[in-house]
Amino acid sequence: MRYARTNTLLLRTPEGIVFSLPLAGPVSRFLAWGVDAACIVAATSLLHEFIGLLGNISAGLADTVYVIAYFVISIGYGIACEWYWRGQTIGKRVLKLRVMDAQALRLDFSQIVVRNLLRFVDLLPGLYLVGGTACVLSRRFQRLGDLAANTIVVRNQETAQPNLEQLLGGKFNSLLEYRHLTARLRQRTSPQAAAVALDALLRRDELEPQARLQLFAGLADHFRSLVEFPMEAVEQLSDEQYVRNVTEILYRRTERTN
Amino acid sequence: MILDLTRFLAEERKHWTELEATLDRIDRNPDQRMQLTELLKFHELYERASADLAKIETFASEPEIRRYLEGLVARAYSEIHETREKQTRLNPWRWFVERFPQTFRRHLGPFWLALAVTIAGCVFGGVAIRIDPEAKQVIMPFPGLRDDPSERVRREESSKEDRLAGHKSTFAAQLMTHNTQVAIFTMALGITWGAGTMITLFYNGVILGAVAVDYVYAGQARFLLGWLLPHGAIEIPAILLGGQAGFLLASALIGWGSRKPRRQRLREIAPDLTTIIFGAGILLIWAGIVESFLSQYHQPVIPYALKIAFGATELVALTLFLARSGAAAEKRTK
Repeated sequence: MRYARTNTLLLRTPEGIVFSLPLAGPVSRFLAWGVDAACIVAATSLLHEFIGLLGNISAGLADTVYVIAYFVISIGYGIACEWYWRGQTIGKRVLKLRVMDAQALRLDFSQIVVRNLLRFVDLLPGLYLVGGTACVLSRRFQRLGDLAANTIVVRNQETAQPNLEQLLGGKFNSLLEYRHLTARLRQRTSPQAAAVALDALLRRDELEPQARLQLFAGLADHFRSLVEFPMEAVEQLSDEQYVRNVTEILYRRTERTN
Repeated sequence: MILDLTRFLAEERKHWTELEATLDRIDRNPDQRMQLTELLKFHELYERASADLAKIETFASEPEIRRYLEGLVARAYSEIHETREKQTRLNPWRWFVERFPQTFRRHLGPFWLALAVTIAGCVFGGVAIRIDPEAKQVIMPFPGLRDDPSERVRREESSKEDRLAGHKSTFAAQLMTHNTQVAIFTMALGITWGAGTMITLFYNGVILGAVAVDYVYAGQARFLLGWLLPHGAIEIPAILLGGQAGFLLASALIGWGSRKPRRQRLREIAPDLTTIIFGAGILLIWAGIVESFLSQYHQPVIPYALKIAFGATELVALTLFLARSGAAAEKRTK
């Protein structure tokens, strides 16, 4: 197991495959805890109202039920939620976080119990000062409860299947008509440059207009320097269209002669 | 070489979908056991997704597919490589009468340490109150304990009214929750390499020793036993169990005499910590009920002999329970 600089835990499986888990930072964890604290307050307030009705029958019984229920909710909320939702509470669901075993193995019930009971120390002397400090100092953003339970909190991975068809397929590509040049382009382009171009296309809508123009101008210049296509193939192509056509050539082997 | 992503996606997508469906099925029904053929298929799909991830990282660096595959491989990895036994449905009775005492016996060292620290605190508190009676004002946590013991006994025994009337169950609930918090806190402080657990147990011992010596030297030993023994026979061992769990956590952190990595040591003790602290919690429910409904009533309402006999019986029963319960089942599994 090794640690990257970018808040990511890298795990190597026995098969030699490396996968990364994006670790949740102290701020997102604190916000999730804030949501959870609000949920606990709301639940106990509702309970108070409900038990108020029970007080009409017996005030002593109502007080007893409230004392026990408050205790069970405040201690059991995290345990119950994380067990039922496999590592998530309401706050963690809102902030898209999840508790995981530090070795990415299955989260055990005892780990959930230990990390939640250790909260008593993490909360000291108030507002998660001990836990927050431990979280900031820890390489894997672990509070003391996480250290004891061998758990980490990660940002939820997207699980939707990727769809590149929309990006790379179905549009006319004037460069594809020059097979000898496209073959040369593939030969001269490094995988890293190809990945940068594809990433830029996938994230183009997230960019500011000026930055988008500059990025695609730079990329287009780079690819033009590798292979020069005839003027009739590239005229009226913007830099972004040029990069899109180049990327399609790099990532789609099936030749098309539209 | 750059990967032909579209063809790669077209060929592999169906296998990813199948793996995702298998993982969703496991999520929905974790207790279900797979047939051998299903397991082999699951393993094949995992290896295929892993290989696809390696291909993407080597030949394409495409972030969206990589993120998706990483998520898929991470989920499958946790199921394939987990060697701990899957949790079966819990039988609460068997857990309490078998697993809880068995777990207690497996970790007797930390329990004796917790007991020794508490006794050391008792001795310190007793000696402190004898050589400096003024220390009572500092040591005793509640104003009621700072009074003259003989005066309190006279007041309690002559009282005609039930001061807990109508509030006994609420008082019991407050005692249960407070004492359970103390036990959890004692366990949780084990994360300070045991220092916090030791301080908590020692301080509890100091109060207990000071109160005991104060009442014994005031000639109120019988009142003391009748007052403390019915609930203390369960409550004090339950707090010691919290201490046992705290020292167990500390020993896993420190790792004396163990060549295992810290993570593995902590992973191994987590189920035992959970069992001990839940067991202590159950004992404290009983202790809270006894303290509220029995301990607070003195002679002539309830004779001291009866209360002392009750407390002594509880102590013997608890000792036998922790020492013997589940031993036969333990032998069978060995």
